[in-house]
Amino acid sequence: MAKKTVVETILNGESIEFLCEPRQSLLEALRDVLELTGSKEGCLTGDCGACTVIVNGRALCSCLMLAVEAEGKTIETVEGLAPADGLHVLQQKFLEHASLQCGICTPGVLMSSKALLDHNPNPTEADIRYALAGNLCRCTGYDKIVKAVMDAAKSLSTRARAA
Amino acid sequence: MHAINYEAPKTVEDAVKLLAAHGEKARPICGGTDLIIQLRAGVRRPEYVVDIKNIAEMRRIAFSMQHGLRLGAAVPCIEIYENGDMRKYYPGLTEAAHLIGSLQIQSRASVGGNLCNGSPAADTTPALIALGAQARVVGPKGERMVPVEDFCTAPGRTVLQPGELLVEFHVPTPSPHSSDAYLRFIPRNEMDIAVVGVGASVTLELGEDRCTEARVALAAVGPTPIFVKEASQALVGKKLDDAAIERAAQLATAASSPIDDMRGTAEYRRHVVGVLTRRCLAKAAERAREATQSR
Repeated sequence: MAKKTVVETILNGESIEFLCEPRQSLLEALRDVLELTGSKEGCLTGDCGACTVIVNGRALCSCLMLAVEAEGKTIETVEGLAPADGLHVLQQKFLEHASLQCGICTPGVLMSSKALLDHNPNPTEADIRYALAGNLCRCTGYDKIVKAVMDAAKSLSTRARAA
Repeated sequence: MHAINYEAPKTVEDAVKLLAAHGEKARPICGGTDLIIQLRAGVRRPEYVVDIKNIAEMRRIAFSMQHGLRLGAAVPCIEIYENGDMRKYYPGLTEAAHLIGSLQIQSRASVGGNLCNGSPAADTTPALIALGAQARVVGPKGERMVPVEDFCTAPGRTVLQPGELLVEFHVPTPSPHSSDAYLRFIPRNEMDIAVVGVGASVTLELGEDRCTEARVALAAVGPTPIFVKEASQALVGKKLDDAAIERAAQLATAASSPIDDMRGTAEYRRHVVGVLTRRCLAKAAERAREATQSR
């Protein structure tokens, strides 16, 4: 039995440390140790994207990363998306465009979309569809998701111009 | 998943020491996009997992016209296509790295891991072979260079001995009139394993369109990636016209030894090898002509 390891990270802007076994994935640590159950377990093979989180600015599948690898890294999960006083613009636009039905894929889709907009504030529709190719949704048919992300990008760039 | 021990050395020397000390019980991890799935499925059962992506030497992309490319085995695919030199001088290898899995996978997966996983369908391996890349392997007894076409020995198996680590790739400087390409056939737009993959590079003689060097390599049509030597021999010294390309495509088809599986029949795959080889050589040649004008 391997010893448990202390891992220090910055999680949603806060310096934290947690204890995990080396065999635990980041997804397991988030859900079972840190009780952040926003990131979902889908396929466990990196195909569905339901567990997508952002680590050091990159979207990745938290089911395919060991929790011990998070040492010294900066992690963003869906729990950190909304400001204290409301919703992130992506979340707001997902509601306005009815971009979710069952909601299982939504946390992952939101994090992939955030990573995209962080790198590319003015994506084309093709850019969005490419960035979301690793997030499967069985309900929406994707169209409403893509429209919400385009609208969110527009809204963010309008805000940036006004600032 | 069974219990594992995790180590994250900072130098190649320390990584090799750990790998050598634990021999068959150790396995390097980089992006983990293959290994973690294999651990969960019990396909591989190492007791020690040695994380090699904190080793600076293995994370660098260094290009110069004098020395060519040194590509660290642990560089994630996403950093390859974000690199201007990679896109300009090695577009075929870059496009191969850019079509592995989703962006989430490309954030983690490396070209070195793609090769060491030993899949016959690895996308970046034919692209490396087409470029004449060599793998620098460091082990407890010293280091050696392995041509990438000699690296894989069977599905999931490579020339690496216990204790050995693939550190980086050495890729020759492209000549002013050369370029490369990689094409993969899958039945959907993104996120699938190759039915057939073809990598090619060509070097042209200035003004003449005569081929002075060419390499073709195949994925997913044999137990290992395949280097089609015969295609090089058939193309060198010839004008790179439709007839020469057709001859190379026939030789590539003959060099393939595909099986029937859920992704396609052997007969279908042989056909696709010919089609993709033609298109890939034409694309590499087109890029080489453009490079002639822009470099």
